[in-house]
Amino acid sequence: MKIMVAVKRVVDYAVKIRVKPDKTGVVTQNVKMSMNPFCEIALEEALRIRESGLASEVVAVSIGPSQCVETLRTGLAMGANRGIHVESTASLYPLSVAKIFRKLVEIEKPDLLILGKQAIDDDCNQTGQMIAGLLNWPQGTFASKVVLDKEKQVATVDREVDDGIETVCLNLPAVITTDLRLNQPRYATLPNIMKAKSKPIKKFTPEELNVEIISDLEIVQVTEPPKRKAGVIVSSVDELIDKLKNEANVI
Amino acid sequence: MTKHNSRATIGFLLRSFTYCPSNPSLLPSATSSSRFTSAFDEKHKLLQRDIVHGDHQVLSFFNPFRYFVETKQWGVGIQRKCYGSVAGLVQRNPRFSKLNDDDVRYFEGILGDKNVVQDEDKLVTSNTDWMHKYNGSSKLLLQPRTTEQVSQILKYCNSRCLAVVPQGGNTGLVGGSVPVFDEVIISLSSMNKIISFDKVSGVLVCEAGCILESIMSFLDNEGFVMPLDLGAKGSCQIGGNVSTNAGGLRLVRYGSLHGNILGIEAVLANGTVLDMLKTVRKDNTGYDLKHLFIGSEGSLGIVTKVSILTPPKLSSVNVAFLACKDYSSCQKLLQEAKRKLGEILSAFEFLDGQSMNLVLNHLEGARNPIPTSPHNFYVLIETTGSDDTSDKQKLEAFLLGSMENDLISDGVLAQDINQASSFWLLREGIPEALMRAGAVYKYDLSIPLEHMYNLVEEMRSKLGNTANVIGYGHLGDGNLHLNVSTPHYDDDKILSQIEPFVYEWTSKHLGSISAEHGLGLMKANKIFYSKSRETVQLMASIKNLMDPNHILNPYKVLPHSLTS
Repeated sequence: MKIMVAVKRVVDYAVKIRVKPDKTGVVTQNVKMSMNPFCEIALEEALRIRESGLASEVVAVSIGPSQCVETLRTGLAMGANRGIHVESTASLYPLSVAKIFRKLVEIEKPDLLILGKQAIDDDCNQTGQMIAGLLNWPQGTFASKVVLDKEKQVATVDREVDDGIETVCLNLPAVITTDLRLNQPRYATLPNIMKAKSKPIKKFTPEELNVEIISDLEIVQVTEPPKRKAGVIVSSVDELIDKLKNEANVI
Repeated sequence: MTKHNSRATIGFLLRSFTYCPSNPSLLPSATSSSRFTSAFDEKHKLLQRDIVHGDHQVLSFFNPFRYFVETKQWGVGIQRKCYGSVAGLVQRNPRFSKLNDDDVRYFEGILGDKNVVQDEDKLVTSNTDWMHKYNGSSKLLLQPRTTEQVSQILKYCNSRCLAVVPQGGNTGLVGGSVPVFDEVIISLSSMNKIISFDKVSGVLVCEAGCILESIMSFLDNEGFVMPLDLGAKGSCQIGGNVSTNAGGLRLVRYGSLHGNILGIEAVLANGTVLDMLKTVRKDNTGYDLKHLFIGSEGSLGIVTKVSILTPPKLSSVNVAFLACKDYSSCQKLLQEAKRKLGEILSAFEFLDGQSMNLVLNHLEGARNPIPTSPHNFYVLIETTGSDDTSDKQKLEAFLLGSMENDLISDGVLAQDINQASSFWLLREGIPEALMRAGAVYKYDLSIPLEHMYNLVEEMRSKLGNTANVIGYGHLGDGNLHLNVSTPHYDDDKILSQIEPFVYEWTSKHLGSISAEHGLGLMKANKIFYSKSRETVQLMASIKNLMDPNHILNPYKVLPHSLTS
């Protein structure tokens, strides 16, 4: 069984995001970029499935500029068998990404596709669902537990929904998107970083895959959320009550 | 502002056990400690009443004034204790006047009523150090807002012969920032303005009460960093950092504060304001007196403003966490790192296997990055540079080479900032883990690298299984933090085995008994282990010249035989 995992290169989770002065987007130059945390979880899950003997190969895919190779190397250092890099400098929206994945699935024929539920940069939370739609595969989104039955070719997925946990059974091949509590991703150890250097990364362009990168979306403006005002120290209970009544209007 | 400080952390520990056992946050609010200190203080007051008689009471800093409280009601046994060092007896200097109402009125005239604090509850925090080892009984806390006010206060105190203790964030570890008896506390907290910043030279001028972390975030917005970083950054103040010549995690890269502080404004005991607030890097005009205020722990004057040379913030930071089989591998790895990572090396820290176990057992959220098998030593290497691709390549090549040469037995390289922080937590979280583990005897020593870890091993065999001896610290700077952790404070059984052994050993190996924490009250009488008689005599002469009445931070830094 082969598992394909999407890994996206995003502004590091811990970096303080700054909006560009012209409001066209966020500053990404000279900013630390890392693998999207949900993608790390997706990859970790794929590796665990392989380590339990239920899969033989994990292929990591990243789509974007040339530096995505670094993200793929991280994935390979975590343990993916090989990588695929679809190089594109254009702005990528979920539908374009989903179309690229449809083509890659036709080429690679994986039995399972695991993605993060969303990327922390654009928070779209659409790609996994769109791929499932395009491929007409079943989907288990927001997974907090994944159990595979190789014989029956079924994946049982616990989904984190508002009411609690929903359990779904998916016939393979299927798409799974991962939530935060699914697992704790491993670190890249030095021996594995060394091994990762010799693992192959296959290159494609969207043109080679016959996918046209277009979007019906236009970003009008990106702005910072309003700044929180500084608090005040009140000198008496009366003043507090007065403020709650007349300024905050809560009592 | 997020206040992440060790003092609050204690409160957090207590709180987290009581109210929110699953709270994963390591960023407690600073107010969480109040519950702890107030309950603690009631017991303290009771005890004090029994012990303190008359004006010239003799206080033994380790014996009668000692007590242990196991805080059963909080569900965790944080050990508290009031003691100094084994040397013991300090007497209140009878030459010092006692505070009277006229004094208070005079100070109110200078500062206004609000900034003259007599409220006992409020004084508790200022009278006690964060480890709860030292307790003063000051009745007055002054909060000046300007240098002029500091000057007026000191001029008055000098004329009245009132002893004072300057106080910053009160995060010191040697009892240097709290009163010993009834000294007037002068808190610099209200002097917390950033005065200027020059983007071209990177020189920052600010008041002494600025909290280190707020300076850091100010600089971060400007694209610069502080050349100083330490665990207490959320509470400690730059004036205190300068006065103790704090070392910290970046010293290996940026050097000590003697190199990074370009200028100081300080107020002498008689109220004279010394304006040495230069912002130029080179200044060879006569004696460079600012250095007297760096590391003199407020005993020569009160630092009110500083100018600091800050380096630009570089975008590429990489952190590796490594396992080494023995201490000699750690040393060789340091040698290699200096050669191969030279210009990008920004931290080289080590911890032994015992430290690692302690952190993993006592610190929530700590995760062993190399869980495959236990290792004897762990090393954290951080690089900071301007080009991520080449820096990473360089670091990887170095690490893989070191692995082939058997200097490293295993290791991990952080792939994102989150992972880097989790590696740092293992090193920076040790003091907090020690507090949770029970009682702790702390030593901060400079020892030539070659012998450094022998002390830990000797200490371990001396104490046997009565205590957990751990060693960690800034290997890149030859700075060992030797800590002896026990369930309870037991001076007869434990302390007598450690001291003076540790000091004698360090002295024999030509080390320093205080690498970065200072001498304070704890080690004032131990100075001769590291400094010659002649040197200390000259120090005493300087003290006499600059503070003839010895009102500034008395009983600390210099041996009591020379100053009383």
